[in-house]
Amino acid sequence: MTSPKDNQTAKPVCFQDVILRLQSYWAEQGCAVLQPYDMEVGAGTFHPATTLRSLGARPWAAAYVQPSRRPTDGRYGENPNRLQHYYQYQVIIKPSPPNLQELYLGSLKAIGLDPMVHDVRFVEDDWESPTLGAWGLGWEVWCDGMEVSQFTYFQQVGGHDCKPVSGELTYGLERLAMYVLGVEHVMDMPFNRPESPIPLSYGDVFRQAEREYSRWNFDQADTDTLLQHFKDAEAECDRILSAPETDAAGRTIPMAHPAYDQAIKASHLFNLLDARGVISVTERQAYIGRVRALAKRCADLFVTTSAATGEPLPAFPAGA
Amino acid sequence: MPDLLIELFSEEIPARMQARAREDLKKLVTDGLVEAGLTYASAGAFSTPRRLTLTIEGLTAHSPTTREERKGPRTDAPDAALQGFLRSTGLTKEQLEARDDKKGQVWFAVIQKPGRPASEIVAEVLEATIRNFPWPKSMRWGAGSLRWVRPLHSIICLLSDESGAAVVPLEIEGIAAGNSTRGHRFMAPDAFAVSGFDDYAAKLRRAKVMLDPAEREAAIRQEAANLAFARGWEIMPDDGLLTEVAGLVEWPVPLMGAIEDRFLTLPPEVLQTSMKEHQKFFSARNPRTGRIEGFVTVANIETPDHGETILKGNQRVLAARLSDAAFFWENDLREARAGMGDWAEGLAHVTFQSKLGSQADRVQRIAALAREIAPLVGADPDQAEDAARIAKLDLRSAMVGEFPELQGSMGRYYALEAGKPAEVADAARDHYSPLGPSDAVPTAPVSVAVALADKLDTLTGFWAIDEKPTGSKDPFALRRAALGVIRLVLVNGVRASLLKLFAPYIWLLRAPAQFGETINPVVDLLDRAKKADVNSVTIDQLVAEWSSRVEDGSSKLTQIQEDSHKAATDLLAFFHDRLKVYLRDHGIRHDIIDAVLAMPGNDDLVLLVNRATALNDVLKTEDGTNLLQGLKRAGNILAQAEEKDGVEYSFGADPKFAETDEERALFAALDKAEPAIREAVRLEDFQAATQGIASLRAPIDAFFEAVQINTDNQITRRNRLNLLSRIREAGRLIADFGRIEG
Repeated sequence: MTSPKDNQTAKPVCFQDVILRLQSYWAEQGCAVLQPYDMEVGAGTFHPATTLRSLGARPWAAAYVQPSRRPTDGRYGENPNRLQHYYQYQVIIKPSPPNLQELYLGSLKAIGLDPMVHDVRFVEDDWESPTLGAWGLGWEVWCDGMEVSQFTYFQQVGGHDCKPVSGELTYGLERLAMYVLGVEHVMDMPFNRPESPIPLSYGDVFRQAEREYSRWNFDQADTDTLLQHFKDAEAECDRILSAPETDAAGRTIPMAHPAYDQAIKASHLFNLLDARGVISVTERQAYIGRVRALAKRCADLFVTTSAATGEPLPAFPAGA
Repeated sequence: MPDLLIELFSEEIPARMQARAREDLKKLVTDGLVEAGLTYASAGAFSTPRRLTLTIEGLTAHSPTTREERKGPRTDAPDAALQGFLRSTGLTKEQLEARDDKKGQVWFAVIQKPGRPASEIVAEVLEATIRNFPWPKSMRWGAGSLRWVRPLHSIICLLSDESGAAVVPLEIEGIAAGNSTRGHRFMAPDAFAVSGFDDYAAKLRRAKVMLDPAEREAAIRQEAANLAFARGWEIMPDDGLLTEVAGLVEWPVPLMGAIEDRFLTLPPEVLQTSMKEHQKFFSARNPRTGRIEGFVTVANIETPDHGETILKGNQRVLAARLSDAAFFWENDLREARAGMGDWAEGLAHVTFQSKLGSQADRVQRIAALAREIAPLVGADPDQAEDAARIAKLDLRSAMVGEFPELQGSMGRYYALEAGKPAEVADAARDHYSPLGPSDAVPTAPVSVAVALADKLDTLTGFWAIDEKPTGSKDPFALRRAALGVIRLVLVNGVRASLLKLFAPYIWLLRAPAQFGETINPVVDLLDRAKKADVNSVTIDQLVAEWSSRVEDGSSKLTQIQEDSHKAATDLLAFFHDRLKVYLRDHGIRHDIIDAVLAMPGNDDLVLLVNRATALNDVLKTEDGTNLLQGLKRAGNILAQAEEKDGVEYSFGADPKFAETDEERALFAALDKAEPAIREAVRLEDFQAATQGIASLRAPIDAFFEAVQINTDNQITRRNRLNLLSRIREAGRLIADFGRIEG
């Protein structure tokens, strides 16, 4: 048995060790440790805790794991690094603190990457999300020549200038953990501690699902249905945003979050259609533009609300 | 004389922006100081990933005091005029002087501007520089509004002289200038104070920061070469990569590793590109095997294990990358051995340009053109067509999907794997060439045929749909394509009438759609070429046949034909413009090019350039310049007489009406020179032709010396004018001399 103290200093021995250490590290730095968003998204950035909360003046600090889906990256579980479903670790702090780089380097240390032994570098990489109408400047962080994180200062989201600026850190958890643990194939990576009564590898948990989803993503997903769902999500998003802000009881309740859910849905459906190979190069831009238009309108609405401004929520009228 | 030290310390500055930023910092600050009246002896700028540094030596301590006198209104002028003058000068009435002027007494203002201390000026200039710095991309951070390339953390702004150093008081958005900085992010993170540039550079070095990028480059180059030498290898030079890598480290530590044996069968282009693009590694070549067998990575830190962990990590990442590459390579080779059918089919789904169809359509057209061009360049038409058909297939390969810059190189490997002959495979590699103005030009016949076909298809295509470059906009690099054609044609001496190639080809691109035809005439042409003798069907014939099949709308057909011809002529003019630029760079005057362009056969570039070169050479000699005067004089006299008389003098000069020896001598000289020039032009020996015309210099000079053209005797006058026209005609065999200046 290892003592809790050893846990802090010894190297992580499994995938969940890496996650748990990041969770406790960022909790110590004062972040609200949130849970994953309960929708299919392409990256941790889509979580409203990042997209929406990076808007407006209200300070914010959150960290969370986000399962991410990239249908075109499916390789039936055979490729050592590529997955259609994987985990990102996301940290978002607004305004970005002046020591964010040091905080980040501390997180590497926490998972066993000592920058005195490794070669950690910040290499220019500007981030842009055409579907979110968002961009920022920053770096990809290299450790011994491998990209281990994305580090971005958000400048615009949903077409709005970020004031103040949020600092965003994104770790590709599988790749990072594989490096820390010295594993060559993702499916061979221990998920829980190898000495557990029932040791499980990443493959034990995900290999079958990777296969199934790869087949469904590439061959089976019904494109007519997906197209219809896309249109439905777009229409519903528009309907929500167009609804009057005051309900029948006279309560003022704009609905930025429910509308944004529909934008997320449309974005994921677009990714699925893309994986099915039914979107031509010229159509691609048009679809991305449609999702961006939704995301922008959601942002337009969100910035007027309490969660963005920091003002108290409007009181309901008496008797409502 | 004080020295100035400025350091702007920030989070990591992108490597590609550092060189420009150094120059901008130096220029903005020194310009600002000079404009405010200071002078300096020397200035130098440096950068690391985390800092921009400027040192200025021998700065003046104060700006000079200035004295300005301004003349104001007369002392008896209305009060409003005086008040205006006081406002504009900032003085009171008591400070003005009344002086006598021609018009009476006038107010004078004497404005003294005292010199200002350097520190005040430096503070203003540096603040303006930081706020207006021309970064290609800048950002805000935290809750502030200042923009910098990445968050700015601290500023050194220090004036120092023999008596000591003083911080220039300056604060920008909460960052106060000071005299301290930090060393290497990991090896020496603590802050330390400095007293001037020498102290700063020395302390930085102790804190594991090499300030000068040139020194870092030299250190990397030297150490990498040493590491390679120890293994009997050599580093593949790459200056762009060297500069980039030097911009990524403050303390370069090159580490060398070997590529695992299992990857050594990958083509060298693949190894080098993958290592460079993904990991910024230098490639190391083993001269004994000729293969790339190792790499150098440049770390930014000295570690207790001498880089062992770092190297191991890099090697792991490299292995993963090269596994991907090997996977692509093997899959691609399998597809190549299977005949590349899937790739050919795949090209049908890649749009080249919406009006010009898919890449597959384009390949058909290039194949037809390559076939047409093959005999002109001495290539086998079947091979040329075959090469054109496979040249673009690697665009569908996994390797080129990953590394687009390997297009062509991979095409050659896959063509060889598919069992194609070397000529065909080489054409796949070389058909994009030449890309830049100094890029090598292919000379192997099949390569030349496909390289020409590729570019001519692009050009005729965009002219057919009327999408030409305008101003600085040339998204499809059509200027580069035209220059490529020019160089291919000239280097290989390809004799071809460009108009004859353009016109029917543009027609083929335009006509079928106009008639709603579904037949692809290009495919039709290729099919029939296959069945019949090699070149029994030309594009020209095809146009004729195809036209005759169209029953209705013959007027429409005429219209298309006219439009196609117009587009072709316009495209030729585009070529002429590019050719002028090209020849000017090769020392041929633009007026000589104009004189030659006015001649028939100007769509044959080889002929055109031969003419221009010969003419250019002869006009450099004394005979040439004098001859030019003679020809021009003859031309001018003729033109005047023709305008006055309303006739053209072109025929009938007869030696029997000659009155002087000089006239008779000119007749004799022309009788001798004309057939010689004609024959030389026929043989395209323009050197002989220009010499022939140069031989007329003496008789022409003598003629003009002795003979009065415009005499009262009309028969003699007409005869002499007709004689002049023989001179003009002899000149016209070679060029339009009227267009030549001087």
